[in-house]
Formats: sequence, C-alpha cells, structure tokens
Amino acid sequence: MATTITMPQLGETVTEGTVERWIKKAGDPVEKYEAFLEVSTDKVNSEVPSPVTGTIRELLVQEGTTVATGTPIAVIDEVGAATSPTQVQVPSKSAESASAPPKSRDAMAESANAEPVPGFNIPQLEVKSAAASSGAPAKVPPHSNGQREEAALRGVSPAVRRLAREHHVDVRNVRGSGANGRVTADDVLAAAKLTPRGTAKAGPGNTSTYADPIPGTTIALSSMRRIIAERMVESRKTAPHAWSMVEVDVTNVWEWRKREKDRFERDTGVKLTLLPFFIRAVVESLAVFPLMNSKFIADGPAIHVEKDMNIGIAIGLPANLVVPVIKHADKLSIKGIALAAGDLIDRARRNKLSADDLKEGTFTVNNTGANGSLASAPIINAGQAGIVTMETVVKRPMVMDDDAIAIRYMMNSCLSLDHRVVDGYVASGFLADLKKRLESMGPRGAL
Amino acid sequence: MAVATSSSQVLNNVEAVRATLYEALKADDKVVILGEDVGNRGNVFLITKDFVKEFGTERIIDTPIAEASIVGIAVGMAMEGLRPIAEIQFADFIYPAFNQIVGEAAKTRYRSNGEYTVPMVIRTPYGGGVRGALSHSVSVEALFYHVPGLKIVVPSFPADVKGLLNAAIDDPDPVLFLEHKKTYRLIKGEVPDGHYVIPIGKANVKKEGSQLTVVSYGLYVHWALEAANQLEGDGMSVEVIDLRSVRPMDKTAILESVRKTRKLLIIHEDNKFGGIGAEISAMVAEEALFDLDAPIRRLAAPDVPAMGYAMPLEEAYMSSPAKMAEAMRDMVKF
Repeated sequence: MATTITMPQLGETVTEGTVERWIKKAGDPVEKYEAFLEVSTDKVNSEVPSPVTGTIRELLVQEGTTVATGTPIAVIDEVGAATSPTQVQVPSKSAESASAPPKSRDAMAESANAEPVPGFNIPQLEVKSAAASSGAPAKVPPHSNGQREEAALRGVSPAVRRLAREHHVDVRNVRGSGANGRVTADDVLAAAKLTPRGTAKAGPGNTSTYADPIPGTTIALSSMRRIIAERMVESRKTAPHAWSMVEVDVTNVWEWRKREKDRFERDTGVKLTLLPFFIRAVVESLAVFPLMNSKFIADGPAIHVEKDMNIGIAIGLPANLVVPVIKHADKLSIKGIALAAGDLIDRARRNKLSADDLKEGTFTVNNTGANGSLASAPIINAGQAGIVTMETVVKRPMVMDDDAIAIRYMMNSCLSLDHRVVDGYVASGFLADLKKRLESMGPRGAL
Repeated sequence: MAVATSSSQVLNNVEAVRATLYEALKADDKVVILGEDVGNRGNVFLITKDFVKEFGTERIIDTPIAEASIVGIAVGMAMEGLRPIAEIQFADFIYPAFNQIVGEAAKTRYRSNGEYTVPMVIRTPYGGGVRGALSHSVSVEALFYHVPGLKIVVPSFPADVKGLLNAAIDDPDPVLFLEHKKTYRLIKGEVPDGHYVIPIGKANVKKEGSQLTVVSYGLYVHWALEAANQLEGDGMSVEVIDLRSVRPMDKTAILESVRKTRKLLIIHEDNKFGGIGAEISAMVAEEALFDLDAPIRRLAAPDVPAMGYAMPLEEAYMSSPAKMAEAMRDMVKF
C-alpha cells in the first residue's frame, strides 16, 4: 500500500517549505513517528515524523528544493495498513510532537488520539499498552527511555567528528545507518573510502560546513543562513539605524538574583539569569514609551503601534541565530519570563523550536554580554522599532551621590533604533526609564 | 565445558579457594588463616574444613566476632613477617574493620617509609542474588577502591581464583580478595595443577567482538557473556572484558578495546553512583573521547540502601542476562 507524503504546513502563515535534508533515503525502512526528513521554512528548521510505518519507495523532491505546501514529496510503501489513505499530509503539529519525545509509544498513541488533526487519518495504532494487549507481545520491540532520548539527540559523536575531520568528509552528506538515521563512525569511514584521499583536500572549489569551517574551502549556505543574510541586509538598508547607550547600576538586582537563584533552580530546574529581570524592566518601559513597541509601514507610509508586547530573545547557535519570542511578556512576572525564556533557550539549543515560537515579535532583547561584550551595535529585527542589549556585568568603583566611592555591579545597555519611527528624544527617554527601573529593582522582592 | 586432564582438574570457585589455601599452607609455614568459624566449623562455606586438624590452632585461628581485631591482628602479624590470610565472614560485616584496612594496612608502608610492609590478604564473600537480603548481599569494592595502597581483586572463574589468590598471598602489600558467593558452587572450570600466579591488575578479554566493549567483573561477567553470546546469534559482535582486578585497573586493556569498538558499556552489581563504572567512564572520557561513537553507558544497581529480601525486590536490584542483552542491543544499534 503506497502512501504519498506531501510538504507539511509548518505554521499558519507558511505557504512553502524547503527539503533541507532527507534523513531517510529511498529503500530505507521507516517507523511511524520516526523523523525522516528535515524541512526548513523562512521561520524554522523542523524534523518531520513519518505518518506511517513502511519503506521509503521514492523521494520526489531533491534536497535544497523549495515546494509549496501540499506538494507530493515522497512515497512510502506502508506495512500492514489497516486503512488505505492515498495521500497523507503530515500534521502541522508535527514540530511540537517531535520536539518533546513522549516517554513511550503508549503516551505517543494517547496524544495522537487526543489531538486528531483534520486531514490526517490515524491508522489503527500498532502498539498497544501491555494491559490492553492482554499479554500479547507488542509488534515493535520496546526501547528504553534512555535510548529514545539519545536517539533524539542524534548528535555527531566525538569519534564521527574526529574521523570526518581527518578524512575530510562532510557528515551532512553521509547516509546514517545508526538509530534514527544517526551517522556512525563506520558510516564516515565508508564515505571516506568513496571519496579518494586528496581529492577532498582544501581548495576554493570545495565546501565545508558553517559549524566546522575548513580553511581554503567555500561554505554553501544553508537556507537558514541565506535567510539570515537577506534579513540583515534588508533591515540595515531600509531602517536608518541610530544608536545610544546607558550605564546601569545593577547591584541591587544582582544581589536579588543571587539570593534567589539556588532556590529558583532547585524549584524550577531553570537557571535564574539577569535576563528575566531585564525583560521585565523593558516591558515596563515599553508601556511608558509605546512608540518603541511599534513598526514602520513603508507603503502607508504609517507607524503601527503594537497592542501586544512580544519580546524576541536573540540566541546564538553554532550554525545560526534564532530569535524566539516570549508572547505577552508584559503579562508575565519575572518568574514567568524566566520559565518562558528557559524553555525557548533549551529548545533552540536542541533545534526543536516550532514555527510559532518565532512569530509575532514586537521588540528584541539581545544578551550580548554573555560573552563579555562591553558595548555592541545590533541590527534591528526587520519590522520592529528597536533592539536593546544587555552587556557584560562588571564591578567598578563608582562615585555615589554622597561623593563616597563604592564598588558597584555595572552593566551597559545599548539600543539600536529605527530612526523613521522614533527620534532621540523618545529613545533616550526609553533608555533613561529602563535604567531607572533596573536600578530600583531589588535587592529583595517577589519574583 | 571444562574437562579434567592429567595436569588439571575441574573445580568450582569454592573448591578453587580451598585448594589454593591448602597448597599455600603446605608450601609456607608463615601462612596463617584467621577469622570467625574458620577453625572447628571449617568456614561457613566449608572452605577451611578440617584445616585445623592438619595445621593446628596456631595457624588456623578462630576469632571472636570482632572484625576490627581480625584485621588489626593480621596487620601486626604481617608487619612482623607472617603471611596472614584474614577472613571476613561476609563482606557485609567488614565495616568495623574499615580503619584497620584503610588507616593501617594500606598506609603502613608509606608511614614507615618502606621499613614495614603489610603482606596480607583479606578474603571475603560478597554479592547478591542469593536471597541474602540486606546483610548478606552487599558489594563493597567501591568503598575501598578510592584508597591508594590497597589492591582489590574480584575473580570470576576458578582458574583465576587460584592464580589471583596465589598472587595476593605473594604480594608484599595488602590485597582485598572479593569472592562472589553466587558463583561459589555455580561456576565450575578447569584449574591447572601446581603453583601458578596471575598478575594482579591484568584484565582478561573473555570474548572478542567489534561493535561494543562490555566491561564487568564478578558474577556479572558470566551473565554478560551469556547475553553477548545470545547477541552473536543475531549478528551483533560484542567484546566482553573481565576486569578481574578493580584496583589497580587495567587501563590498557579497556582503552585498547574501546578504541577498536568505539562504544563502552560498564556493568556492575554495585550501585551506580560513584561506583567502579564511574572511574572507568571518567578514565575513558579523559583518554579516548575522540574514539567514542556513543555515550558511555553504565548498567548498575539503583541507589537504594540495600538489596531487598522479597524476590521482586531482589530481581529489581539485580541485573540479568536479558537486561544486559537489551542494553547491549541498544548500544550496538545506536
């Protein structure tokens, strides 16, 4: 029974997707819910799980090709199908369900049953719970949770990394034979044999990867990096950037955080950084200066003042940059912001953000100080009026109001603004307000 | 199966201990045995049965139920030139002697600047899976392997029992000799006749394989071999290393194997946290990280205070060939 797979719609506003990578190749067996391809849109990269168990008969679209949602992209020969759907669109919820692997197939079955997706015909589930199957052995061998989590990581192991470097093999081009398509050390060695030594040596015509650049080679841009490049040029070209900086005494909020951080991490599992305090102050200041939370509409021309305060947080990853959004950050406490940010950062690092996570940002915060930066001039996220940074926190001798000299925790905060939307008057007012709020936070209070 | 020949005989582990002790007593009159019930009772497993009749009460010494004294007296004997073999009736009772083992036996050579050594053996049955509950099941190796100056030997096969016990008796420093009691009568094997020594600190590759390295010791070596042989039938090639000594540890054998298979599974009966597997993992991560093609994995007992008496609790605590095969399969397929 052949099932045609179509390009999923990864987000309500997304109309097309690029086949970034086929995890499975023609002839490979695939299990239901097993990731079999990676799709990128202009918002997000996402692994797509197979809707059926079977064998890949044919891949209809080449890697790197962009097609409209609904376009057939692969054919899977289904094994033991109870129903006979001829066309299956992978559910758009797929990104989320793949992002948090359920503890067991039973849990997966429950969630699939609980959230039926229109147009997605769920065949008879193949695995029953031990109780339901009345002692009959499950058709699919059980896997331990540990294995499932490890497989989900699908990381490049140290041995694969070393061998790929030694043999000049691009791991992304290697067909993985390990669990869930993981590239194993043997796969790399097999691939190295196919590429005669010497031919893959560095040269202007050869490629390497962004995460593992080899001197003397050219890096082919992933669609994600291409989009980053386009967006940066667009913003820099259309929005006249102006820049300002304030110096903030964060001693009190630093003390507050220090007092709370151990208990907070123990209770929530999330590290308490300065970021949620900062975002809380930012949304309070945005409320006073709504023009900072607005966007320039070129074909009006007009300025649209946003109703919601959705704060993007810039997260740098080895291969790219993502800016997931904390929705309605003004409605959240410091604790709420910390949990939301912690979740986004965690999923960004695991490459498990969904398209929804990246939508509807109205203002951006960039924690440039994490790596010790003292000042930076960020590029505005296109469609917003400003981006503000948190620079590194350093101890400095400061002259206080009573002319005493004290050692204080100091942090610079830099603002890039779209000068079409706001002038220096509003921008400096916003920065001064932000500074005042941060300096009056703590040293104690409720998170 | 093991077959007796003109120059060897088939013994189980308890018989191998008994035969080795007997030969040592015959060969060297400096060798003495002391412990609870080693004399008239002949040891609870009958290892020293009738020894007292042949060698007398000066060499086969029944002691009070006082472990600190058993080890403390043996330390004194060893410092003055005897070759004492102290027995702790069950490893579960070794705690009162902790100071004598760690504070005295292991440190005397250093403390006396080499003037005194402590050539003694502490033999003790350990391990579970025998319905021994919380006072007759413990694994104590991790409590002692942190201590420099102490050697710890855990043989699994009768021939290793003899060769390593001879090495322990000959050794100029204290050796803790751990005998898994479930293997005592369960495991039989060919044991060469005559005096021979297997060097302490040398592991033994019991089964060669190419896709996964399994390191274990004690009873679990036998189960790991059973699981690995089962997987062999499914076309998976697993190498099984019997550590034999947990201190000193045979790093070379482990690293050589891991560099070949690129994957490492450590299996032990002792609980996981801070166990022997933790040291092996750290060592391999330090020395061979860039040879690893999968996360190192440890299969070990849960962090609970003791093995329960009830059958389901004992089974939950203990591993099994089936549990081991599942872990091995996962790692080969990773």
